[in-house]
Amino acid sequence: MITLTVNGERVTREVEPRRHLIDFLRLDLGLTGSHAGCEHGVCGACTVRLDGEIVRGCLVLAASLDGADVVTIEGLSDSGEVADLQANFVARNAAQCGFCTPGMIMTAADLLAHEREAGRGTPSRAEIREHLSGNYCRCTGYQAIVDAVEDTLKARHPVADLGRGTAPAPRSSEATR
Amino acid sequence: MKWPAMGYLRATSLPDLWSALAQHGASAQIIAGGQTLLATLAFRLSEPSVLVDIIRIPELRGVSVTGGALRIGALTRHAELGRDALVRAHAPLLTEAVPLIAHPAIRNRGTIGGSLAYADPAAELPACIVALDAVVVTASAAGERRIPARDFFTDLLQTALHPGEIIAGVEIPLAARHSAIQEIARRSGDYAMAGLAAALRLEAGCVVAPRLVYFGVGNGPVLAAHASAALEGRPLDAGSIAAAQEALGEDLDPPQDLHGPPDMKRHLARVLTARVLGSFLAPKEMAA
Ligand SMILES: Cc1cc2nc3c(=O)[nH]c(=O)nc-3n(C[C@H](O)[C@H](O)[C@H](O)COP(=O)(O)OP(=O)(O)OC[C@H]3O[C@@H](n4cnc5c(N)ncnc54)[C@H](O)[C@@H]3O)c2cc1C
Ligand code: FES
Ligand code: FES
Repeated sequence: MITLTVNGERVTREVEPRRHLIDFLRLDLGLTGSHAGCEHGVCGACTVRLDGEIVRGCLVLAASLDGADVVTIEGLSDSGEVADLQANFVARNAAQCGFCTPGMIMTAADLLAHEREAGRGTPSRAEIREHLSGNYCRCTGYQAIVDAVEDTLKARHPVADLGRGTAPAPRSSEATR
Repeated sequence: MKWPAMGYLRATSLPDLWSALAQHGASAQIIAGGQTLLATLAFRLSEPSVLVDIIRIPELRGVSVTGGALRIGALTRHAELGRDALVRAHAPLLTEAVPLIAHPAIRNRGTIGGSLAYADPAAELPACIVALDAVVVTASAAGERRIPARDFFTDLLQTALHPGEIIAGVEIPLAARHSAIQEIARRSGDYAMAGLAAALRLEAGCVVAPRLVYFGVGNGPVLAAHASAALEGRPLDAGSIAAAQEALGEDLDPPQDLHGPPDMKRHLARVLTARVLGSFLAPKEMAA
């Protein structure tokens, strides 16, 4: 038996240890916004917020979540935290089939929430790509997705420091992405 | 595929853990961040009868400086490691390694103890702790052991841990050293096709105690003895770097894997050798 907070509401449920967080949300709570794609941590479709940090919902045991605080795409949408990001996804045509979109929004929202932390500037385009690199879009809408995130950052911070953020450590794979 | 049916229990102290392990025997499996274990359960690579969750055991947490060493608790998550000020001050190699490990959502859950215990040959942290000449501190019902990192990784996905024994933490000797890590991966965040974690001292312009540790090119982290010896006592310059690259042929015997043939891995290792050692010469001019 676990009791936790999901999108601000307390819920108590009996769960089997073999239940992962995404199936718990989708099947037990009817919150079907979060998607399960690969179910082994590779695609990012299942990304949700757990105790303030994004996690792979398919790699978390629901049974371990007694006392936890979970926010899904439903909660994030309802709070209005990412209304501008969502509007930019529409404007930039960054959602095609939409399967990856909830995970993309959760991951982009994490970047938006943590930007400028520890004295870093506004994230550059390379940093946006780096942060989203764990999320697959099978419709391959990456360019439009990065555009939508960048537009949101620019609108939230109309200062001229965009692109002056600390670039991520150089990687050999950078040139090919 | 869904996970197998299994039990779950959470240990909240070390004594609690020892009694859980004693009660459930060999088919119990420890889970920390779950970022490797739960993925392998989805592939049905194992079917433990019960998962014993150690993530709330306070004795395994925390980062501190004690007795001439930086001590990092096994449950330190990759994301925490990456932003820890003590780690940045005393083992910046680890700070530099973190962005290379998987993706943000995975770094928020995965732990250093889990990474070292799983001993993936392409993982960054095992190579780093060998390069830093660290000690792995283990714990079991019988007490603690201290195992030099270079002896800890024994074979492919194998470590010197005994059954019923866990990693409690790692201790990294405090020392002034140059260190760097670079890797070549297909997609940012993926496991390395080849990587190099290196640490050395420069005294009067000469290399002292170099430790070049390659990953993704063997059955575990490979401490390259010949390449390191080719550098020892010499000024760090184009000549000594070329000598290290040449000697590397004696150190590496990369297996064929999904990424490509041994020759390609040898080539990548040589390229990384020049990049990493070059970074100690003129860090600003370094381009990956
Ligand atoms: C898509 C994806 C990409 C990844 N990419 C990388 C990468 O590029 N580089 C990389 O290094 N890793 C990568 N990982 C793995 C990730 O770093 C894991 O977090 C880490 O290897 C395991 O840590 P964990 O705490 O999650 O361990 P768990 O999954 O909980 O456990 C792993 C194993 O270690 C054992 N174990 C855990 N803690 C201890 C302990 N304290 N003492 C003894 N045994 C213990 C468990 O019993 C289990 O056998 C990736 C994972 C995924 C899903
Ligand atoms: S469903 Fe979780 S990462 Fe693919
Ligand atoms: S929009 Fe179809 S998977 Fe990304």
